[in-house]
Amino acid sequence: MDDHDSVYDGLLEHDLGGDDSQWAFGTSFEDPLAGVDTTVPDGADPQVLAAYALGLGDDALVLSHRLSQWASNAPDLEEDIALANVALDLLGQARLLLARAAAADASLVPALPAGSPVPAEDALAFFRDEADFRNVRLVEADNGDFAVTVVRLLLFATARLAVLQRLVASRDAVLGAIAVKGVKELTYHRDYAARWFLTLAQGTAESRRRLEAGLALVWPLHDELFRTHAVERAAAEQGVGVDPADVAAEVDVLLEQVLSVSGVARPAVAQTGPVAGGTGRDGRHTEAMGRLLAELQVVARAHPEGRW
Amino acid sequence: MVSPEAGATVLAATPWDVASAVRDPEMPMLTLADLGVLREVREEAGSVVVTITPTYSGCPAMATMRDDLVHRLHDHGYADVEVRVSLAPAWSSDWISEAGRAALRAHGISAPGPAPRHDGPVPLSLLPTRRELVCPRCGSDEVVLGSEFGPTACKAMYRCSSCLEPFEHVKEI
Repeated sequence: MDDHDSVYDGLLEHDLGGDDSQWAFGTSFEDPLAGVDTTVPDGADPQVLAAYALGLGDDALVLSHRLSQWASNAPDLEEDIALANVALDLLGQARLLLARAAAADASLVPALPAGSPVPAEDALAFFRDEADFRNVRLVEADNGDFAVTVVRLLLFATARLAVLQRLVASRDAVLGAIAVKGVKELTYHRDYAARWFLTLAQGTAESRRRLEAGLALVWPLHDELFRTHAVERAAAEQGVGVDPADVAAEVDVLLEQVLSVSGVARPAVAQTGPVAGGTGRDGRHTEAMGRLLAELQVVARAHPEGRW
Repeated sequence: MVSPEAGATVLAATPWDVASAVRDPEMPMLTLADLGVLREVREEAGSVVVTITPTYSGCPAMATMRDDLVHRLHDHGYADVEVRVSLAPAWSSDWISEAGRAALRAHGISAPGPAPRHDGPVPLSLLPTRRELVCPRCGSDEVVLGSEFGPTACKAMYRCSSCLEPFEHVKEI
């Protein structure tokens, strides 16, 4: 019998000899880097590499969670599916990046009870506290309306695509490979967001009003994407990471194209600065982050040994 | 060399024969070999090592592919099977075989054109992607892009203006 003759086949427990891959919260491939050489390259500090991968992974994880909140709530079925697809791509990137971080520096991974089936990347996603998350603050705010979501995705995808295009040349082969795949995916995300930006700007008076309001709302956290953190500087110096300040100019050119084609002015609003000397990359987050993590983590934390 | 287990169903099939016949869980008209995700099948020290590569980073079918490969090889008497992931080189829709493309069309799914290649920065595209497609049902080239994102990560949604049927297109990546 073929494996997919019945849709119920996949729900059955197969005897795979103690296979614990059906853990409730993971996507059930026990190690997303199975068979991948995760040796840290010569001259790179494993802790720097791990911290750098964690920041990139947390950006993807948190925005993936926000975008997945649109599932069944988007303006129409096509956008529902599109946003879920973008969320899935980012979740996949997050999974690989968190697994890469854990492989380089196991001390980052929260300790769980002995016998826990939770893989390292899931322990990082579900069992870290807010102050241990290293994502930029742009990704954590509530979705707002569709226009706010489009604006944020445009700013995020444009910056991340530029970073990953350079990360392709990382001396760390794992980060390089994740980046190659991510570039292909983010090209679709950026085009999607830019086309909707243009559509909303040139749609009705109401769609334009909402787009401009969304831009003013999201813009204050834009510069943080390019503010070099000590981890990013060290990772760039060691040839494994990218200094985001290096892509600020090319990202600005792209955003200017979208703004001018759309006939939308750059918002005249101040940037949100660091809080007590720190930003999202230091674990200093906005009020939205705690509620986001509560929703993201509640099931995993209630059932740390849960299985299907 | 792998010795089939005594008592197991023994077929005269090499590990490659078995692995390459396993079907994609989301597009079961394609084998993993047709889709291009099956990269290598090797026998080493009495075990079979299969290497697969994800189509998209978040492809949720990877675990099912892994389980199916293990089951099929077990069924054919290969007791010790390891499935590894290869991230580089990244999967490209160009790796879908000619047989795979024919199978897609036969099942009403439009096959991908050549994948884009970029030297230098990826250009921003503010207009919908233009593709030379025909409707896989009626052959008309009067088709309209509905969404760049479809029911699986690898597909876009189209509809045909001639026969009015919607159809899926495997994206170039």
